[in-house]
Amino acid sequence: MRIELERRASASGLFSVVSPILALTLTLLSGALLFLMLGKDPLHALYSFFIDPLLEVWSLHELAIKAAPLILIAVGLSVCYRSNNWNIGAEGQFTIGAICGSILPVMVPQWHSPMVLPLMLLMGMLGGALYAGIPALLKTRFNTNEILTSLMLVYIAQLFLDWLTRGLWRDPKGFNFPQTVSFAPEAVLPELLESGRAHWSIVFALVAAVAIWFMMRFMLKGFEVTVLGRSERAGRFAGFSARRMVWFSMMLSGALAGLAGISEVSGSIGHLQPSISPGYGFTAIIVAFLGRLNPLGIIASGFVLALTYLGGEAAQLSIGVSDKVTRVFQGLILFFVLSCDTLILYRVRLIFGAGRNVEARS
Amino acid sequence: MKKLIIALAATAATLGSFTVGAEAQEKTKVCFIYVGTKTDGGWTQAHDIGRQELQKALGDKIETPYLESVPEGPDAERAIERMARSGCALVYTTSFGFMDATVKVAAKFPKVKFEHATGFKAAENLATYNSRFYEGRYIQGQIAAKMSKKGVAGYIASFPIPEVVMGINAFELGAKSVNPEFKLKVVWANTWFDPGKEADAAKALIDQGVDVMTQHTDTTAPMQVAAERGIMAFGQASDMIAAGPKTQLTAIVDTWGAYYIKRTKALLDGTWKSEQIWDGLKDGILTMAPYTNMPDDVKAMAEETEAKIKSGELHPFTGPINKQDGSPWLKAGEKAEDGVLLGMNFYVQGVDDKLPQ
Repeated sequence: MRIELERRASASGLFSVVSPILALTLTLLSGALLFLMLGKDPLHALYSFFIDPLLEVWSLHELAIKAAPLILIAVGLSVCYRSNNWNIGAEGQFTIGAICGSILPVMVPQWHSPMVLPLMLLMGMLGGALYAGIPALLKTRFNTNEILTSLMLVYIAQLFLDWLTRGLWRDPKGFNFPQTVSFAPEAVLPELLESGRAHWSIVFALVAAVAIWFMMRFMLKGFEVTVLGRSERAGRFAGFSARRMVWFSMMLSGALAGLAGISEVSGSIGHLQPSISPGYGFTAIIVAFLGRLNPLGIIASGFVLALTYLGGEAAQLSIGVSDKVTRVFQGLILFFVLSCDTLILYRVRLIFGAGRNVEARS
Repeated sequence: MKKLIIALAATAATLGSFTVGAEAQEKTKVCFIYVGTKTDGGWTQAHDIGRQELQKALGDKIETPYLESVPEGPDAERAIERMARSGCALVYTTSFGFMDATVKVAAKFPKVKFEHATGFKAAENLATYNSRFYEGRYIQGQIAAKMSKKGVAGYIASFPIPEVVMGINAFELGAKSVNPEFKLKVVWANTWFDPGKEADAAKALIDQGVDVMTQHTDTTAPMQVAAERGIMAFGQASDMIAAGPKTQLTAIVDTWGAYYIKRTKALLDGTWKSEQIWDGLKDGILTMAPYTNMPDDVKAMAEETEAKIKSGELHPFTGPINKQDGSPWLKAGEKAEDGVLLGMNFYVQGVDDKLPQ
């Protein structure tokens, strides 16, 4: 007996809906199996991983804090990926956005004005966009592979931040610890409600997601993204420029990643330090695909992935499993999403005996 | 495929139903938050051994949940808050970098008790505890000066905070008490926990010609490098003899267990108070691993110094001591005050490094 994948005549509408659900179900089952093998009660483990963090208000705030950067970055990436530009370096754009946005509170902390925060956010977006412009320039000018260049720029950005916080920008009164001065109150992104720590970044994320959704659905630009992504040649006939699209999609996603960076630093951390992200820029790639590259889907998937961060912590505390479980779950989700998506374009056929091999191919 | 899924689901469901709801919780929760993994072979492992001893000693009255690999920063604040909310009565935050996060959460949860290791910010419900590691470092310095043929040792340092600077100085003072010309080279790894970076730092030091080495980082990577390259080394925080059976001279072993038991008992008795505790060799909060791989006379010297420190006869920071630039710091017979040590931001003479500032 063999299993063969057979291409469908057209994409299956049923499976486009079922696939993410199937993927999540399979993730949960593998997770249960994993916990079982660790000698933990699987239901209790899954409960504390996926349900517990949703039951308390403060925890929902934390969920929003974690989801905001993921959603912001992922909606930008969705435009990139739809237009066939593979920006893998959102983590770097996030970092540079955080650095550029922090110029004011770190270098001119004595300037107190309501203008500080909006300027910080703008500078963060600008920094992220310009940093994403580097791979765009290299791609349009020298035809380099943006996957490699954007990825390598991540490490440059991280080391630059590391150098800044240990050297030039280090707080002179910080006991030599590698961090900048704490931001003044007017440079801190305000919290939304009394009941927890969630701040404005989740609002930015939701607005960005809806705006990009609107653009993709109702505006010519969105159509241009889709056409150029599907077929560059067809796009050219329609008068669209693939080169301009590289710039547009890279800088848009860079700006959103930069906004996520400065929002995280200003809202959650309150100063710059060598490490400001637990890999948001990379996890956002999973978020983008889990959300089917649809900005509204990404809102949902952003919360799911945020939940894995919080759940990992909750599960560690209540049942004593390693914090690595978080990463395992993130990997499982991506794996199952990608493999289940195969079912949209292909159907699985079980083939018995060797004789029908030829038939199936013909 | 479908059958397999159903079978799996059924297994999961049956096994699950056995234990769900079997949680009886009257035990007091004493919680720990770690910066590294509990099996790092160093700092975090020492705290986890302390936690296990605590669990064993008071096992019928308490539970000891923990979170490991918590990054210093916004995640730490959330993790500590989660502990406070999940019903922990006492939370130990076991890294210097958790200080501000602990202070913030402690202010939010006045009924929960907190104890922060090696910090200097306290509150009504926030105690600090620390160990006089420098006492052990002084002994190590003496041994290093005896064992080194070249008269120069290497020191893998983490962050230039007072705690670490104090250790470097104590090591150099111990070495100078044996060999006044002894030099100490320092490499800043800028991490507490990163086996790769720590190993690189060790290699860099060995390439610069040191033949004995110590570390103020958390993993056994430097010890392994020292073993490979055939130089002698000191373990840090945990006994690292397994990583270097022929390499380790001794190790400063953090023995937090007795402290954790004492404080947790106070909590259960209702006598817990916020204090700033700074215990040393005599209190048993740190101990020296067996003196190995050295001649008997060196061992005898080390044991004698250890005894003198315990009895209070010897304080490592006793004048005359000059600062690195040669200007006098302590007059003959003058002892450094604790407050000065805890804010130490300069090297003593003989340290061959520029303090990053």
